[in-house]
Amino acid sequence: MVYHPDSLVRELDKIAQILRLDALEMIHRRGAGHPGGSLSASEIITALVFHHLRIDPKRPNWEERDRFILSKGHACSLLYAALARRGFFPVEELKTWGEIGSRLQGHPDRLKTPGIDMTTGMEGHGVAVGAGLCIAARRKNLNFRVYVLVGDGECQCGVLWEGAMIASKYHLSELTVIVDRNYVQLDGPTHEILPIDPLVDKWKAFNFATIEIDGNNMRQVLDALDIADEIRDKPTVIIAHTVKGKGVSFMEGEAKWHGKPPNKEEFAKASEELKRRIHSYGEEID
Amino acid sequence: MEKKSIRKAYGHALADYGAENTDVAVVVADVSASVQTRFFAEKFPERFFNVGITEQALVDFAAGLALGGMIPFANTFAVLFLRAAEQIRTSVAYAKTNVKLVGSYSGLSDYKDGPTHNIECDIAVMRSIPNIAVVEVADAVEAEKMVPEVAEYDGPVYLRLSRSEAPIIFDENYEPKIGKAAIIRDGSDVALIASGVMVYRCLKAAENLARMGIDAYVVNMSTIKPLDLNVVQKVAADTGAIVTAEDHSVIGGLGGAIAEALGEMKPMVLERIGIRDTFTETSRSYDALLDHYGMSVEDIVKAAQRAVKRNRQIHI
Repeated sequence: MVYHPDSLVRELDKIAQILRLDALEMIHRRGAGHPGGSLSASEIITALVFHHLRIDPKRPNWEERDRFILSKGHACSLLYAALARRGFFPVEELKTWGEIGSRLQGHPDRLKTPGIDMTTGMEGHGVAVGAGLCIAARRKNLNFRVYVLVGDGECQCGVLWEGAMIASKYHLSELTVIVDRNYVQLDGPTHEILPIDPLVDKWKAFNFATIEIDGNNMRQVLDALDIADEIRDKPTVIIAHTVKGKGVSFMEGEAKWHGKPPNKEEFAKASEELKRRIHSYGEEID
Repeated sequence: MEKKSIRKAYGHALADYGAENTDVAVVVADVSASVQTRFFAEKFPERFFNVGITEQALVDFAAGLALGGMIPFANTFAVLFLRAAEQIRTSVAYAKTNVKLVGSYSGLSDYKDGPTHNIECDIAVMRSIPNIAVVEVADAVEAEKMVPEVAEYDGPVYLRLSRSEAPIIFDENYEPKIGKAAIIRDGSDVALIASGVMVYRCLKAAENLARMGIDAYVVNMSTIKPLDLNVVQKVAADTGAIVTAEDHSVIGGLGGAIAEALGEMKPMVLERIGIRDTFTETSRSYDALLDHYGMSVEDIVKAAQRAVKRNRQIHI
């Protein structure tokens, strides 16, 4: 693990706020999307796309690139914003999200959007798909890692645990699963809908190495991703405790913001809050 | 007449082709001994993955292998792919991953295990999902020859295999192609269009019909999607009377596909042989079960006679 200097953490933190604003703007403009679970994952997606993943915007299909599967595909507004700002396609294109003919679908489409490694949107697929990718990398002597971001509600899906068993059978240490543990799913708090705890113990029982962090703390996210890369005998899961709707005070922890776009007033309020925070980082970054 | 196991022919062909193409991987959900992927497993253990009874993850895992440039053959019983219908639609069909889904024990061919294991609706499900070619083989020769064809086809394929020992229809010169039907007997009065084990039954029916003075085409429609419309058009134009035959429901399978095609082409007389929208039973023999559910040679003959009669009535 390398030490992450304060300047890097600060820079990434600012990007995470910018992406939050981008995502909310996209959801507001389109009148559709998922604010809560996009905002909760901003530090994780920022850390991956802007620092941790070995990717090249000029070569989105580079064979040896690290793969990122957004298994919780409903958080795609934030990923689209990240890919655009990282240079995979023009930031201007974000405005087309969800229009007929746009490369940006309601959920990620690997055939349409540069930088999207797998088509997702239905919960549960990412871990098993990721396991297959890891095996293919071994067979083809390609040196890439696979990162899968899942939601906590998604940990209710049987297929996710089927995938986990396969990953541990083949000791796929190239696989890092990150759980965006924001405690809220579409219909309400996860503990009310269908409890998933003890979540860490579950993953341990499936033979994963486990790391538990504050997933909205950039330094902890960066450190956890590094540690996961160093584990050599089994796949790793990072249980990232986050806040649903993080960064917008009136959305935080509220199930109703799972799939509801903010109206004009709500967006103005959220945007003001986020802009204030972005400005507080100073002008050292665009 | 010589009979050969379709699944064994598939298993051997897969092991042979695996030597030629090192990108081929085999994934199976705890039915390797049944679906005969064990030959591949013995030769290429490093490319063989038994993932246990996880049909949904079987499909997703195969999609991952395909994303990484492998050509995965994902195997389980045809009925169990229904469990993974959403995975097939999202991760294979919509995502266009180069996965080959091999559904074994199709139709009533697992007669001993009964209705839980029999499957009457897999073609209907697969056929209505965009991007997937749907293929069923008629005998061991076709099974063997179809393996490289499926592997080299660019995109998802659903390959439907019977558990049975089927009479050999084709010789070594037969070269099946996905999307191409084979006219295996010429006719002029009626066209019997079949897939899978029903092709042989149609050949038998055609012999009986010939003795009655009815001249029947027999078409092996091994690709149910994309349907070979040229051949359908040709035999329809030549005869004006069609009989379809399949070990599958008459709803949504080959019979459904032909009905849809004819409806848009030129409506004409059609009789469908298949499972008549019902669950079936356990049996001591496959042939007896097919006969019991209206798929006997005699049923085909009668359907052909009806079709010819109806066609003549239209044209009087």
